[in-house]
Amino acid sequence: MIKILRRSVLGATAFAFTLGMSLSAVATTASAETVLRVNMHSDLKIVDPIWTTAYMSRNYGYMVYDTLYGMNSKGEIKPQMVEKLDISADGLTYDFTLRSGMTFHDGAPVTGDDVVASIKRWGSKDAMGQLMMGFVKDMKGSSGDTFQFILNKPTGLIIQALGKPSSNVPFIMPARIAATPATEQITEYVGSGPFVFLKDEWKPGDKAEFAKFTEYKPRNEPGDGLAGGKVVHVDKVVWKVIRDAQTKMNALSKGEIDVIESPSHDLLPLMEKDPNIKLVDLNPFGNQYTFRPNSLHPPFNNPKILEALLYAFNQEDFVQSTVGNEKYYKLCKAMFICGTPLATNAGFEDKFESNYKRARELVQEAGYDGTPVLIMHPTDLAILGNLVPVAKAAMEKIGLKVDMVAMDWQTLVGRRNKQELPADGGWNAFITSWNSVDNASPLSTPMLNAACEKALFGWPCDEEIQKLRNEYAGESDATKQLAIVEKIQQRVSKKPTHIHLGQWYSPAAMGANITGAPVSPVVAFWGYKKAE
Amino acid sequence: MLTYLIKRVLSVIPVLIVVAVIVFLMLRLTPGDPAAIIAGDAATSQDIAQIRDKLGLEEPMVIQFGIWVGNMLTGDFGDSFYYKRTVSSMIADRVGPTVALATFTIILACIVAIPLGTIAAYKQGSWLDRAVMGMSVIGFSVPVFVIGYMMIYLFAVKLDWFPVQGYQPIADGIGGFLYRLVMPSAALSIIFIALIARMTRTSVLEVLNEDYIRTARAKGLEESKVMTRHALRNAAVPIVTVIGFAIAILIGGVVVTESVFVIPGLGTLTLDAIQGRDYPTVQALIMLFSVVYVLINLVIDVIYTLLDPRIRY
Repeated sequence: MIKILRRSVLGATAFAFTLGMSLSAVATTASAETVLRVNMHSDLKIVDPIWTTAYMSRNYGYMVYDTLYGMNSKGEIKPQMVEKLDISADGLTYDFTLRSGMTFHDGAPVTGDDVVASIKRWGSKDAMGQLMMGFVKDMKGSSGDTFQFILNKPTGLIIQALGKPSSNVPFIMPARIAATPATEQITEYVGSGPFVFLKDEWKPGDKAEFAKFTEYKPRNEPGDGLAGGKVVHVDKVVWKVIRDAQTKMNALSKGEIDVIESPSHDLLPLMEKDPNIKLVDLNPFGNQYTFRPNSLHPPFNNPKILEALLYAFNQEDFVQSTVGNEKYYKLCKAMFICGTPLATNAGFEDKFESNYKRARELVQEAGYDGTPVLIMHPTDLAILGNLVPVAKAAMEKIGLKVDMVAMDWQTLVGRRNKQELPADGGWNAFITSWNSVDNASPLSTPMLNAACEKALFGWPCDEEIQKLRNEYAGESDATKQLAIVEKIQQRVSKKPTHIHLGQWYSPAAMGANITGAPVSPVVAFWGYKKAE
Repeated sequence: MLTYLIKRVLSVIPVLIVVAVIVFLMLRLTPGDPAAIIAGDAATSQDIAQIRDKLGLEEPMVIQFGIWVGNMLTGDFGDSFYYKRTVSSMIADRVGPTVALATFTIILACIVAIPLGTIAAYKQGSWLDRAVMGMSVIGFSVPVFVIGYMMIYLFAVKLDWFPVQGYQPIADGIGGFLYRLVMPSAALSIIFIALIARMTRTSVLEVLNEDYIRTARAKGLEESKVMTRHALRNAAVPIVTVIGFAIAILIGGVVVTESVFVIPGLGTLTLDAIQGRDYPTVQALIMLFSVVYVLINLVIDVIYTLLDPRIRY
């Protein structure tokens, strides 16, 4: 009986194995298209990049939509859909001309009216867009390839805002879709970008597929980050959801997937040794850890205590606790990201050096009454989890009482919007991470907004910072912009809205046969070549 | 029997009502705000409030519950908070992989475990018995993800016999479908082999000393027939119970196996929905699992009567 059973099991397994191998081989032979299989950092959930600020929706936006301007690998804003721009002598009229021959995925031409409708929707939602719209008196579209902005006062903000690389990005949609209020999700997924979203192939939690848009006309120049010619060399891009870090690495090594956007740091040494895998640093600006205090409640409604934290914290402690390998982090006192034109240490020269003595003095001067700091501790994200105990230790060293509350990240995301006292479900602080490009200017940095109740969770309230941000928005000269940034940093060093805790990097992992990945702060899939 | 079945089916209704209330309350009382998650990191409180309003989360809980139950009675489980899709269609997409994985796993587990358990009982005290029981302990003790990693390393990375990950729907070819299920099913079946083998051994041991076994042997019946027709059949009731329990667990989602082998089944859908506080999806899934549990219990009860004519309802 046992022998018969064993023969049956072995026979069935062998049959399935042989059949599977045969059919897999047939499938491989029959398929001539080049497919780039990518494991992104998360699952694609929302396909409206204006309705949400989620990074995955932004990444989706770069596949399906095109932008008027794009940021290159050096952080410069360059024309993308725009062919020509004429600015009047008084700086109040911007006449744009689009590149000719651009069409949406449904075959309709891209017109000035589409641009104006798209910018209106974006400008009603995005903080930088709202700021820009404050300078715009009127926008005039056309059924052709021109559109016009008429300003109420000159500003250097327009091109910076239209070239904003991260959420929310001013993507251009057909006017009928862009007419959807920004408070509602769009239901039609038509853009003019280099890829077409294959809606019917989208399996939430499993995969999202994009086909090359064969009618896309890239700029006639080499691709450079999010700017230049977006030339697509693959027929299809599949975003494949793989949750397990080890499985991702094995799948990449075996060639079952081609790219991992954000591999786990602890697996990088193994990947470095694998001849089938190469690690490529695609985002030269990396990411920035940020400590966010809640300005509404004691003790962090007292700027002196926040200033004390600047003296107590040491960026190296934080990045070492999570990233570990110094190849993948950078200590940087500049708020607006080291390596950018706005990088300066102004205000922070003597900070971030574990100066506990000075920090304790400031805590005493502040009259700290022993109110505990409730810091939210996300325990389910490896890249954030170890930061909070480091902050706790530093705060306790300078005499603060700390209540570290463990929770999952999504609980933190819900709780950080609560303005109640910490004891009633609110909070005092948490630590997060931003794509550095979000924090690369005083206007794009979400946590620098100090507009009180209109500011991001944490709700800092500082007229001086708001005044300096507006001053920056109205300035187009780079030297004067840097001078304003120095003033902002001086101000923040005395009255912190948030505390930057160092930059860290996550190289993308890709198959040895993959080349041409664009160097960009946002992952994009034009340029990729896959050798068989 | 028919009356019993009708009663059992009707008894599902109060169970589902209790489950509905508990699930609804637990989700609302769990910390976390789906609107804040949906809005993204750079969203303001105003943005989040608008989304909460759109999702109907600003309504009193009683009204939210009423709407949900009302819609559910018409077969409408609502739309996912995240994806512009109905929850029903999302579940439908995920049922196939889960059923396939569960079916393969159970078949594999039964094919291996029942003969092993029977032989172990027959050879009680021998090295074979000790080996089977020893392997069972290991099967229970080693987490499925460890087994999965080891199998992937050996059979996919080193020997290149199987793919590391992935699922292929049966519609895309039966060969690829079976081929891709071998490793996850094998990894997942280990614990169920251990469970069923131990239960089979214990049950068979209990009946081997019964008078009717001695009588069967005295009649000169072959040992294989004594074991299959008399011993195993009379020992089957607890084995079927364990198998039913295993099926319920498998249908309810095996998150770790699905994650390690990248099977887009109900387990990972449930995990994602809970992490994202996607209330409509979690609620529908829990209701589905409750119905499956009750139905499996019902089927097991019916099978009891077929296996043992003395059992009557």
